Amino acid sequence: MKKKFNLKSITSSRETSLVIVLVLLCGFVQFRNSAFLTPGMIENLFKNYAVTMIMALGMMCVLLIGGIDIAVGSTLGFSGMCASLFLRDHTQMPAIVIFLISIAIGTICGALIGLVISYGKVPPIIATLGGMYVFRGLAYLVAKNEWVSAYQFTDGYKDFAQSKYLGFGLVNNLIIITILIYILFFIFFKWTTLGRKIYAVGSNAEAAEVSGIKIHRIKIMCYAILGFLTGLCGAIYTSLYASAQGDMGTGLEMDVIAACVVGGVSLNGGRGSVAGVFLGALTMAIVGRALPLIGVSQFWQTAIKGLIIIVAVILNVLAQRAIDKNNLKGREM
Amino acid sequence: MKKKLLSAILCAAMLASVLAGCGGNGGSGSSTGGDANAPAADEGEANAGDDASSPSDAGDDAEASSDGKESSGGDASYAILVKSAGNPYNKKMIEGFQEVMDAQGATCVVKEPEEASAEAQIKMINELVAQGISSIAIAGNDADALQPALEEAMNQGIKVCCMDSAVNADSRQLFVNQAGIEIIGETLMEAVYDITGGEGQWAILSATSQATNQNAWIDAMKQVMEDEKYAGLELVEVAYGDDEYQKSVDQTQALLTNYPDLKVICAPTTVGIMAAAKVLQDESSSVKLTGLGLPSEMADYIGADDTHSCPYMYLWNPIDIGRLTAYVSLALVDGSITGASGETFTAGDLGEYTISEAADGGTEVVLGPPFAFTPDNIEEWKNVY
Amino acid sequence: MATKSGRVISAEKPFRWKQALLKWEVFLVIIFIAVNIMNACISPYYMSVNGLFTATSSFLEKSFIVLPMAYVLLLGEIDISVGATVALSACMLGISFNAGMPMGAAVLICLLTGSLCGALNGLILTKFQELAPMIVTLGTQILFRGIAEILLTDQATGGFTKVAWFKNLYWGKVGPVPIMFLIFAVCAAVFGVIMHCTTFGRRMYAIGSNPLAAKYSGIHVQKIRFIIYTITGTFSAVTAIFLASGMGSARSNIASGYELEAISMAVLGGILTDGGKGNFPGAILAIFILGFLRYGLGLVNVASQLMMVIIGLLLIVVVMVPNLNLGRIFKKKETKA
Repeated sequence: MKKKFNLKSITSSRETSLVIVLVLLCGFVQFRNSAFLTPGMIENLFKNYAVTMIMALGMMCVLLIGGIDIAVGSTLGFSGMCASLFLRDHTQMPAIVIFLISIAIGTICGALIGLVISYGKVPPIIATLGGMYVFRGLAYLVAKNEWVSAYQFTDGYKDFAQSKYLGFGLVNNLIIITILIYILFFIFFKWTTLGRKIYAVGSNAEAAEVSGIKIHRIKIMCYAILGFLTGLCGAIYTSLYASAQGDMGTGLEMDVIAACVVGGVSLNGGRGSVAGVFLGALTMAIVGRALPLIGVSQFWQTAIKGLIIIVAVILNVLAQRAIDKNNLKGREM
Repeated sequence: MKKKLLSAILCAAMLASVLAGCGGNGGSGSSTGGDANAPAADEGEANAGDDASSPSDAGDDAEASSDGKESSGGDASYAILVKSAGNPYNKKMIEGFQEVMDAQGATCVVKEPEEASAEAQIKMINELVAQGISSIAIAGNDADALQPALEEAMNQGIKVCCMDSAVNADSRQLFVNQAGIEIIGETLMEAVYDITGGEGQWAILSATSQATNQNAWIDAMKQVMEDEKYAGLELVEVAYGDDEYQKSVDQTQALLTNYPDLKVICAPTTVGIMAAAKVLQDESSSVKLTGLGLPSEMADYIGADDTHSCPYMYLWNPIDIGRLTAYVSLALVDGSITGASGETFTAGDLGEYTISEAADGGTEVVLGPPFAFTPDNIEEWKNVY
Repeated sequence: MATKSGRVISAEKPFRWKQALLKWEVFLVIIFIAVNIMNACISPYYMSVNGLFTATSSFLEKSFIVLPMAYVLLLGEIDISVGATVALSACMLGISFNAGMPMGAAVLICLLTGSLCGALNGLILTKFQELAPMIVTLGTQILFRGIAEILLTDQATGGFTKVAWFKNLYWGKVGPVPIMFLIFAVCAAVFGVIMHCTTFGRRMYAIGSNPLAAKYSGIHVQKIRFIIYTITGTFSAVTAIFLASGMGSARSNIASGYELEAISMAVLGGILTDGGKGNFPGAILAIFILGFLRYGLGLVNVASQLMMVIIGLLLIVVVMVPNLNLGRIFKKKETKA
């Protein structure tokens, strides 16, 4: 009895439909180019898209409470740039300090935006739009229009993104970090009161407030979490590419939001899961990765990406409708 | 209470930033000095000091009714408009330009659009016209789209020259070319020929598919390749990294996967070559790299042995481009050249230059051949730019 | 308010005055004047009729998007595909013009393309009402720009300057007044009248405040949404026409980021993203505040990086400060009562 129930809930979930789409997509690409599903390729894929994957989790927090953050690209640029500048001027610092600096700056940026949104009652899109301009401008200003170049980074910092010591020599450090963060968030959302509170605020803010949840705090916390992860990604980004530029991360916000939405996170709040976000981010990564591999013309890639997003969200709706119908049927019976 | 405090803090922050804006302007936005024609030292002082915001109080009465035309008689000021902010290459160009202008005691206005788009540049051209500027030196984000705006400026009597990335022949008086398109094509092809050993597959990793100078160089390379000498070389793909790091990395990795026999990647763009160099070096690939790149960014990747991905590469000196552009602007404004082919002028310690016909029907001065950065000289250049 | 004794008039007057001051438009007018005074102080070139009118042409072309964007936001929705629609329409304009069509026909094709793009947004959003407009228009944004890239690849399509009347759309002037300014004024007036003086406008407010209630009171919510998204597309094409006129050519990468600028103008104008709130004059004022502020700072050559910081802070602070004030005043009232 129990087994049957589980099976049903698995087959009818949104995530399953995404998995099926993903498998089909991978199969197709693999068919066209057999170099796609090789260990090296997969490692590269996860390594290069670790930034999007990690930030998508943070974005999910914000989307869950019905907010949105389009400043993340700028926050990443600002925090990564500050950390890199610090490294340039203090080359004896170990990599971990640089990571912490970047994370701290990112968290502060996120918390500030959260403060403005919750206490200043500014609509999230405006607050983060403003933040997007401000942080990007600051990133240029602190760097004085310079870049931090590869030779100005320490070897320890550059090697972090390439070596495997956290993964016991098996898996790249960045992949380990990504996996750890996903596990943490899975636990956080599934089994902690705080995690459930976020869902409560997103589904019905008034009800949540009446039941004693401090909405303002939850909101600030969500934006701070996103800021935290963005700061982390700022450090990862500069370490991975061994270069810090004022305009890095431009347009990243849309990729991250798209990853969330493809993964089934609702922009109205209250709906979304860690597994879904993972699959969504993976889909976006595979699409970005596979299109050049199967020989799609450069000029068609953007259009195809857009089409995939639209089709994915529409499929999602259709799946949801089918599920709702099914559920109703179950009740009738 | 909290809210009050918050709003007070934010207001203060805003006020401070506005003030900083006015103050910072004196330092970075426009550096003011005396003037070549009607100099008044104390004016220059005042401008550079507190009231940095009004670049020409002196010319005020002369220009009260001005719509920009009278400026040549009063306070001549020279503008440089680069592709975008936040790029060290552009910054070096500006530095060169400012250096010459400061030495000449001329007023110089620096404009950096926040994004590399033609729309942003049109807006800035309009602002410059309204300020009654004497000359505009521009690095075009688009060859054709700036034509109406620049024609409008020229109608107002403003001298227009371009550097680094040309605007079309109708919208300029002169193009300061960093290096002839053919020379770059030949040099890069020669490098590819040299590194491959004369035969094998190679690929190009370019910037955006719309970038004018990159496309011109690629076309030049393709033309050079028709020569018998290069018959053994096969250009397998021109990939575009859009001058974005992540995309350039993806494209490089796709090239490596799709063409296992690839021998050389040629990246005539500073971002692309950086990304490609990093990928090749991290994967300790046997594929080699050459192209056009900033020495400071590429210092880590240039080396003769197999642990380095790039044996050598080329670039010109952006500071010299800026300086030559400054001399051209000065000469155009004081009337010693008009931008016609055959004219000559002296560009300070850069020497004598002759204006020649450009391939697009306009005129140009060519700075010189591209400069090679090799393992031997990279150490000294990486600190320069 | 305070206790109602016999002295009603004297009790009401300060109340009204306060109320009026708190009105968003008044607040905007004050900012507008402040911006102009500041600009006039920092730059000697600012205060000239010619200069100011010329300045308008550097932001008016994108302001055509703000007009329908105000409607979209009033509904409580958002459209971030407008920038890409501009690019696609401009590319279609160029392609049809260079295929030998007369400019008039090319302009019509451009408008048609824009309307179709808008209609596609509207269609998806009305057929799948569960979908958030943000994500649908994010998808179509990428799609439209992608189609523009497919059509033009890496090429520009140009030569528009050969047609004098077309070039004059952006560059031409009647006396000191640019033609674009006149057209914008007419469009803005029409949009304002529709929003405030017609049943269509009242219906938009109704939908924005409560879509469900609006539906039950017999308003064709989906029909109105579809119409508004289509209009948004059409006016993106109008922007495309002026942009193409201003640049004399078109590429697939033009007008990036226009959506965010349009949204920030509308929101600064008091049309909040929650829907159902805001006045049209506010949006128009906001266009000129942001435009003149940028122009003024540009005249004194403030570094554009710093300008980003200033504009960003302005956006946040302007939207936030009145919120805080209102909250405080309401609290005082409560304690008095």
